[in-house]
Amino acid sequence: MKNTSETKSSELNKPHTLERLLDNMHLAIKSKIQHFNKEDVVMIGIHTGGFWIAEKLYEKIGITAPLGSLNISFYRDDFTKIGLHPEVKPSQLPTGLDDKHIILVDDVLFTGRTVRAALNEIFDYGRPASVTLAVLLDRGGRELPIYADIIGQKVTLAKGRQIKLCGPEPLKLVQNKC
Amino acid sequence: MISKNIQLDEQGRLKHFLSIEGFKRQHLVNILDAAEPFANVHEQAVKKVPILRGKTIVNLFFEASTRTRTTFELASKRLSADVLNININTSATSKGESLLDMLHNLEAMHCDMFIVRHNQSGAAHLIAQHVSPHISVINAGDGCHSHPSQAMLDMFTIRRHKKEFADLTVVIVGDILHSRVARSQIHALNTLGVTEVRVVGPKTLIPTQIKTLGVHVYHDMQTALVGADVIIMLRLQKERMQGALLPSEDEYYHQYGLTEQKLSYAKPDAIVMHPGPINRGVEIASSIADGPQSVILEQVTNGIAIRMAVMSQTLGRSSGGNS
Repeated sequence: MKNTSETKSSELNKPHTLERLLDNMHLAIKSKIQHFNKEDVVMIGIHTGGFWIAEKLYEKIGITAPLGSLNISFYRDDFTKIGLHPEVKPSQLPTGLDDKHIILVDDVLFTGRTVRAALNEIFDYGRPASVTLAVLLDRGGRELPIYADIIGQKVTLAKGRQIKLCGPEPLKLVQNKC
Repeated sequence: MISKNIQLDEQGRLKHFLSIEGFKRQHLVNILDAAEPFANVHEQAVKKVPILRGKTIVNLFFEASTRTRTTFELASKRLSADVLNININTSATSKGESLLDMLHNLEAMHCDMFIVRHNQSGAAHLIAQHVSPHISVINAGDGCHSHPSQAMLDMFTIRRHKKEFADLTVVIVGDILHSRVARSQIHALNTLGVTEVRVVGPKTLIPTQIKTLGVHVYHDMQTALVGADVIIMLRLQKERMQGALLPSEDEYYHQYGLTEQKLSYAKPDAIVMHPGPINRGVEIASSIADGPQSVILEQVTNGIAIRMAVMSQTLGRSSGGNS
């Protein structure tokens, strides 16, 4: 189920918070895909934090298609500002996204620009039947008309504060830098 | 002749790509790493990524080319750039317009990159010195001097098969004298730190000072091939040969053509490369060119990814790349 209660960011550092949020997401995804044909469901994590979250969720969901990993570097809207990172890891998507129900997973939803880039890339691989966005944290501050269907937790952050998922082992939510 | 400064901008990022000389190992490794994800773009239903959308790239080929020109064009298109192919034979240079005047006209049309092939050594370098600061120049082969993107696609192909460069013995066979590819390969292989680079060919086709580039010179094919991990065959560049450098093609094939028998002297897992175009029965037997150890067509495919990497690195810089 969607958990829309807002939390202060200090709560997020507490032990077991991450497990609780992942449980929230797991339940919501299960309910979302219950009417879909399981073979048509594809989970894709956005590199890197979104992929770590997707790995945890993928273990529990029980779908057949391999977990996809999406690197949006080539689709960013600030490419000419920041240039190309020399170590971009290639995206690895199960071939043929046509008519699939995609669960797109990211760690923190903020401006919406990452999701915009991810959607563009997905559509260069095929025409999915639907895309459901699942995020661990929604910190508001959208700059584009994008929303998440499944949210682990909404958080309010003071202006200029950052929150980041560090990992992959152990996964940990931290303020500012890892 | 080529200073390292002109190829890099003030922040040390790739601005022009003119020759392998002047680059450190890490620069070359960065290009190889950047090419890896581009090698997968063809798996997408839409074989394009949008990073050079709105950029205009001009192919300026003053000399014949099929593979290089088409793979540069494909690479540009897969990066979503717009491509102009200038046909030099029908352009105004044949009406007497100078090269630099033509370039300034293309600049006035707001182009962002020139990809240059020319039969004169140093042509791309000359152009790079005269273009506006926001324009990048890539050398697609100049005379007998340099063909850096070919060398990098060869390094990419070698790395995909052999993983590490450190323990490799690489043998380059044939017309070293006229080969810009060989010169660029030798610089790249030594920069990346292979164990040994050998060149082998008739005395008339090996430059006398080649040892200064850090290679071992052989004239006997069998001795040269013993222990080889990578064999690079070169085409006899008859169009550049002046005078009698070879007794006959048959004699050349007998001495230096790669046959099953000669290949057996190399390591059993050696790969066979050729920059193309190949002359079957002159430098390589058909059974080898089409055989299991040949990676010649992979080289062509890898050329697209390497050229995408070089173009996106040069045009993706924040200063200059930004319009």
